[in-house]
Amino acid sequence: MAEQGVAQVWRRIRAMYRIEGNKCETCGTHFFPPRPVCPECRRKGKLENYTFKGLGSIYTFSIVRQAPDDFKRQMPYVVAQVELDEGTRLTTQIVNVDPEDVEIGMRVRACFRKIKEFGHSGIIVYGYKFEPVMKVTGHKQ
Amino acid sequence: MSNRVAIAGVGMSKFGELWDKNLRDITLEAGMYTIFDAGVPGSDIDGMVIGNMSAGRFTGQEHLGAQAVDLSGLGDIPAYSVEAACASGGAAVRHAYMSIKSGEHDVMLVLGSEKMSDVNQTEAMNTISVASDWEWEGMFGATFPALYAFMARRHMMEYGTTEEHLALPTVKNHANAAHNEFAQFQRAVPIEVVMRSGMLADPLRVLHSAPITDGAAGLVMCREDLVKKYTDTPIFIESSAQRTDTLALHDRKSITTFNSVVSSTKSALQEASLELKDIDVLELHDSFSIGEIMLTEDVGIAKKGEGCKALEEGITEIGGKFPVNPSGGLKARGHPIGATGVAQIVELVLQLRGDADKRQVDGAEKGLAVNIGGTGATSIVHIVGR
Repeated sequence: MAEQGVAQVWRRIRAMYRIEGNKCETCGTHFFPPRPVCPECRRKGKLENYTFKGLGSIYTFSIVRQAPDDFKRQMPYVVAQVELDEGTRLTTQIVNVDPEDVEIGMRVRACFRKIKEFGHSGIIVYGYKFEPVMKVTGHKQ
Repeated sequence: MSNRVAIAGVGMSKFGELWDKNLRDITLEAGMYTIFDAGVPGSDIDGMVIGNMSAGRFTGQEHLGAQAVDLSGLGDIPAYSVEAACASGGAAVRHAYMSIKSGEHDVMLVLGSEKMSDVNQTEAMNTISVASDWEWEGMFGATFPALYAFMARRHMMEYGTTEEHLALPTVKNHANAAHNEFAQFQRAVPIEVVMRSGMLADPLRVLHSAPITDGAAGLVMCREDLVKKYTDTPIFIESSAQRTDTLALHDRKSITTFNSVVSSTKSALQEASLELKDIDVLELHDSFSIGEIMLTEDVGIAKKGEGCKALEEGITEIGGKFPVNPSGGLKARGHPIGATGVAQIVELVLQLRGDADKRQVDGAEKGLAVNIGGTGATSIVHIVGR
């Protein structure tokens, strides 16, 4: 058996590092995480890889104050559903911001961060988190 | 159709953090009470099904079907174990319903069981998280309370729900559980205490959340024509319905409604040829208080966005038009995950028989239970009648 988490994370690296999902060429819907079947078109669907731009806005969020051990060092942290500009949503942490300043509708962009460690000797998982675009451009939108 | 499925008897173990009992003890306790209540000779039982979410992670033991049949001395009858996260109990009831309806089994013992307090809080939280999409939600730090907090936050924005509203289901359900001798928390809590309790994931607090619970519940279900042999007060399953939604919450168009609940409730009412106004008592899946508010809307007691109003007006109290969770619900009766769906039916049967003592809903004839798995990816609805 592989060390805990290694294969589990490795096989998802493209999605987790680059926000690579897919798009159904038949109906035009974007999917993240990538779906094996378009639930609308099913066998008529034609799925092609698609790398998301990594821009979106906060659809809903929470500030986590009780977390599993893997995340204890980060508490309190903001976790949110971000609606990507392509129309699909994903669940992610919001960083580089005071938790009290986060609000629904806030414009955010993807950044590359450490997600968690699998215990003391386990691997370190990296992937996307999101940060307010304002921090980078100085503009709210 | 006259081939309805009947419930001959019900039983449950005490719910709570039961340090002195293991998974076997509580399962056996519920099973024994159930069989005695039903008055069914063990030799008449020709099948057993148990609902359980994650005994493998909570206790290290799997293969619960065989374990339960072995313990209860039921011989070599077939034993099934079913899992649908928090809806595992409801899934067990539905499994038995379908087995009896199909003619494969005549008399079945249905159990739901979960022993959660043998692992520490962190491990319990991790285990509960796998009811959602572990790889794409849990892995990124979205705890189970955080996912329900997502719903609460949207509900507050879309419908003006307040923090005070979020406390109302807890206050009501604790008051009900004060009269339930099997409940984990048999005491009322004032609204100020709920609103001051520790924050889990904003805006959800500890007292908005169902607790960690050990417990088991059971039913004896059988063919309609056999039930008169066993009891003078049979209760019947009028209908059973189940629907599925996306595993991950972020894949749903709206997160302030459970589509699976709306459609399974509609389907169950239709199958039973009933309307919601015919229902006298309900058990709704209040793993978090926002869940009860949303379910109050999704089953049709209140319009979308007005679930809190129904609570404020007392419509869902015992004595109201649609009493919800007279047992205390998941919040106060306790939420041993796999047992919950079965315990909901146990409560409805007691209510319909008139055996619910001080929490009795007067003259209840029809009851409806909604048991959901994960963040609503599975919804199982049962309607029972006398």
